Amino acid sequence: MTLADLADLLVGPFVEFGFMRRALAGCLALSLSAPPLGVFLMLRRMSLMSEAMSHAILPGAAAGFLVAGLSLPAMTLGGLVAGLAVALAAGLVTRSTVLKEDASLAAFYLISLAGGVFLVSLRGSQVDLLHILFGTVLALDDDALTLLGGISSLTLVALALLYRPLVIECVDPLFLRTVSRAGGPVHSAFLALVVVNLVGGFQALGTLLAVGLMLLPAITARFWAADLSGLIPAAMLVSMLSSVAGLLVSYHAGIRLPTGPAIVLAAGALYLVSMLIGPRGGLIHRLVRRRHLEA
Amino acid sequence: MNGGSALAGAIRFRGLTLGYDRHPAVHHLDGTIAAGDLLAVVGPNGAGKSTLLKGIVGEIRPLDGTVEAGPRSGAIAYLPQAAEIDRSFPVSVLDLAAMGLWRPLGAWRSLARQRSRLIEALAAVGLTGFEDRPIGTLSGGQFQRALFARLILQDARIILLDEPFTGIDERTTADLLALIRGWHGEGRTVVAALHDLAQVRAHFPSTLVIARRPIAWGPTREVLTPPVLARALRLSEAWDEAAAICRHDAHHDAHHEVHPADGAAAAEPHEHGPSHGHDHGPAAHDHRGHEHRHDHHHDHARHGAVS
Repeated sequence: MTLADLADLLVGPFVEFGFMRRALAGCLALSLSAPPLGVFLMLRRMSLMSEAMSHAILPGAAAGFLVAGLSLPAMTLGGLVAGLAVALAAGLVTRSTVLKEDASLAAFYLISLAGGVFLVSLRGSQVDLLHILFGTVLALDDDALTLLGGISSLTLVALALLYRPLVIECVDPLFLRTVSRAGGPVHSAFLALVVVNLVGGFQALGTLLAVGLMLLPAITARFWAADLSGLIPAAMLVSMLSSVAGLLVSYHAGIRLPTGPAIVLAAGALYLVSMLIGPRGGLIHRLVRRRHLEA
Repeated sequence: MNGGSALAGAIRFRGLTLGYDRHPAVHHLDGTIAAGDLLAVVGPNGAGKSTLLKGIVGEIRPLDGTVEAGPRSGAIAYLPQAAEIDRSFPVSVLDLAAMGLWRPLGAWRSLARQRSRLIEALAAVGLTGFEDRPIGTLSGGQFQRALFARLILQDARIILLDEPFTGIDERTTADLLALIRGWHGEGRTVVAALHDLAQVRAHFPSTLVIARRPIAWGPTREVLTPPVLARALRLSEAWDEAAAICRHDAHHDAHHEVHPADGAAAAEPHEHGPSHGHDHGPAAHDHRGHEHRHDHHHDHARHGAVS
């Protein structure tokens, strides 16, 4: 295989087809904003919580779908409202009852998921349901791209502003409570960012997999970097690689391979490889016992 | 340090009752911790020592009564017993200490110019060279030292320490006690919940013995006597059995005058509280304390008028 062939294989699809370029742009925008949030979610042991929140978006999107059909603004708005409502309600239940946050979120997300599927089935077909659950990354229109770009910019700016209190909140929430009242608002703002990014991800990857580009790259990055300044760029890089690889694989595959799952599978493959060879606690590095140091 | 900022270091309790889920853990505490005091809070397990510190810092809300501590809660530095610190979170020792600078720096101001201050604080706790170590790699004693560096940087008028030496070796304890003495010398108010009575006798001029209620409060050598300690133990045990009922809550307004059941036990803090500053502090207390006491009362009068 010559270099030209390789270029054709890797770059060709994006040069040739507008929908591939749009898909790539959307995924790269998502790759800049979702993985940093995933890093914080992972470090706070809230990975499963974001999963729950992504399901919470479904009934909102479904309600938008009921009202306006497959319309981007209606479904986005519905998803945002539902996601924020569930995040708020779960927080409220946690503060005012004996339930811990994960338990109350689990309850809400089961209700949401069942309610969402129920709502879509009221009017839509199986195809519509699949569309909402797994997204349509190859059919991103201008509005969807604008939305993804906006979400990405908003997230990066907000993270920069919240970074210090957010890190303190993660490490020592009690300390932050004693020196400032920022803890509660910062936590809420962080959850809101997660919801916004899941709604963005839902355009591309669907409600079930939106969390894929948020968490898998972050978890993968853990095998390559030790501190936040390494984890966040590493997670972004993994997410971008997964996006490109997933798009290319789904394009070149002979059979019709759904693109959203292909992207998440690519991220999954990177995770498995990193788990094996990653220098920070990867399996092989653990098995090879290196000679200990003098002090 | 001017008089005003020193006064901000006083802590005043009025009929303070703290607890969880309506079960009181600290009962009807009255009195004032004078600004610049170095006070040990002593009592059996479950006596309410930690609860009292949490009440001062505002972590739990009083069931009854009030606690006034400084103009803002931010003026208090608090080291909890079991810090709910996530030690697996990847931040460095320097980052942990730097949290102490939250009040001057907030969320956005640059940390870069403060680096020498941070290094200095870490040096003061004996952690020179540990700046870039992740906090997860520190030993228990080193971690406690790092938290003390954060306390130094908080530069607070009131410092609350909840069993700061539990599980800490002798050398580290001695180093940290030296820091505490330094804070006392600077006129900061230090309140520490402690178990080691020998340590209290050696380093703390005044002591509050509590067993869910104040048992005795005053100069350490007068307070830490076998009868008082025996009563603390007995009361804390007796109180456990009757934990669900509080005889005083119904007629709380009258509790200043009458204490039919436990007058003897509670009377002491009532008398000692406001006046205990006059004769305590064998060595470390200088004349400054006396000068302040006048403003001190004015200050409380103001507090009363405003709140």
